Amino acid sequence: MSWPALYAQLVGANRHSTSLGKIWLSVLFIFRVMVLVVAAESVWGDEQSDFTCNTLQPGCENVCYDQFFPVSHIRLWSLQLVFVSTPTLLVSMYVAYRNHCDRRRLLQGQEEELETLKTRRLPIVGALWWTYFCSLVFKMLFEGSFMYVLYVVYDGFEMPRLVQCDQWPCPNLVDCFISRPTEKTIFTVFMATASSICMVLNLAELAYLVAKALNR
Amino acid sequence: SPLRPPAGLVRNLESKMNWGSFYAVISGVNRHSTGIGRIWLSVIFIFRILVLVVAAESVWGDEKSGFTCNTQQPGCNSVCYDQFFPISHIRLWALQLILVSTPALLVAMHVAHRRHVDKKALKRSGRGSPKELEHIKNQKFQITGALWWTYMISIVFRIIFELAFLYIFYLIYPTFKMVRLVKCDSYPCPNTVDCFVSRPTEKTIFTVFMLAVSGVCVLLNLAEVVYLIGRACKRCMSRPEDESKAAWITQKLSSYRQNEINQLIADHSLKSKLTVTKKSPTEKGERCSAF
Repeated sequence: MSWPALYAQLVGANRHSTSLGKIWLSVLFIFRVMVLVVAAESVWGDEQSDFTCNTLQPGCENVCYDQFFPVSHIRLWSLQLVFVSTPTLLVSMYVAYRNHCDRRRLLQGQEEELETLKTRRLPIVGALWWTYFCSLVFKMLFEGSFMYVLYVVYDGFEMPRLVQCDQWPCPNLVDCFISRPTEKTIFTVFMATASSICMVLNLAELAYLVAKALNR
Repeated sequence: SPLRPPAGLVRNLESKMNWGSFYAVISGVNRHSTGIGRIWLSVIFIFRILVLVVAAESVWGDEKSGFTCNTQQPGCNSVCYDQFFPISHIRLWALQLILVSTPALLVAMHVAHRRHVDKKALKRSGRGSPKELEHIKNQKFQITGALWWTYMISIVFRIIFELAFLYIFYLIYPTFKMVRLVKCDSYPCPNTVDCFVSRPTEKTIFTVFMLAVSGVCVLLNLAEVVYLIGRACKRCMSRPEDESKAAWITQKLSSYRQNEINQLIADHSLKSKLTVTKKSPTEKGERCSAF
């Protein structure tokens, strides 16, 4: 997953954000993407190979692993980060569209004005305000739904040491042992906290936008 | 497939790339640091991040697969490993590095905010030529006034995070020495089994190294705090003796509201009736602005 490429895209869109939006982007990349790549992926690296069941029956481990881990945490978090970053691109698409329209109007060789068009920073009013507002709402929706999905699929944020499984072809109720459960719990709690902080930042930004609009 | 690189190599390269981009973000703050701050950043990068990525990660790479218990009971290995290593040293150090480097971004945010405010004030006063805006973008701010406080707070947070992680490390692994053998009797191990840790001596060496560099970084941060306080006191001493504190406080308050007054006056077009002098940044620096 090419996180630096995503970062390059988002930093470009960052110019049109409020200050809270810029803080949100830093929190996203430092406390979530960095931690995911640098630490969490090595913790979950051997999740299937080290999932051992107390049986010699071939296929039992595969079936039990699949029952208790339909989607790995790492994949869920990567998807969450991708989905949460995308609404920002809505804003940059709208800005590009506005620049395109304005450029068509100034087509009569006003070189200097064309240059300022490219580098100007649009004030967040009117249709841009609504686009920005929608992007924030979508960000919060995605964050919330992914956290909820994680909570529901794994029955909370804690990883147990031992699960009991009796799917076919396991001969009876076998004990299956998960690798590094404590470390996984620590990282799950960390990522959930970072997610909540991002949601709070989005909420604050929403309130700030509404307050600015009411002020006007 | 023989054409695809092994998963471990890909992960290692990705990890290096990400630490690289992290370093690029953090070193952007370097322009506004003191000399000691730059030394601290180099120590962080060379002796901690580089050592972590290049050496320590390969030492701890097989920590789970090389952890063997003297039993054939399935699951006993996993459970005993989890009991004695709730979180790996490598992850603790990576989190420590990330959290310790982040307060520097506070300074970057403050500088960006100052630049934004200066740009707005310049535009409102009508002198918004591209040359002046460029000058503002590349302006190096003196560490005085509010920036001094932001910088101090960021250093204090750095020290707090370093010490907190050292304490957590001490709580989880009370000695820096990695033992060769641990005894474990959690379910499902049938009795008290001997479990053997892989590469204990090499791990001890790296643990001692990383703890020592952590200590050096804490000392560097403390030295920077002392240096900043010393510089601020020197500035205080060199100000004229007849300036009373009350007059200074009034002057300071008025300088904070200077930009806002300028904007209000520009908005209400009273510029012709009043003359407002905007204090230049160098003038601000001469005052004792450390408190």
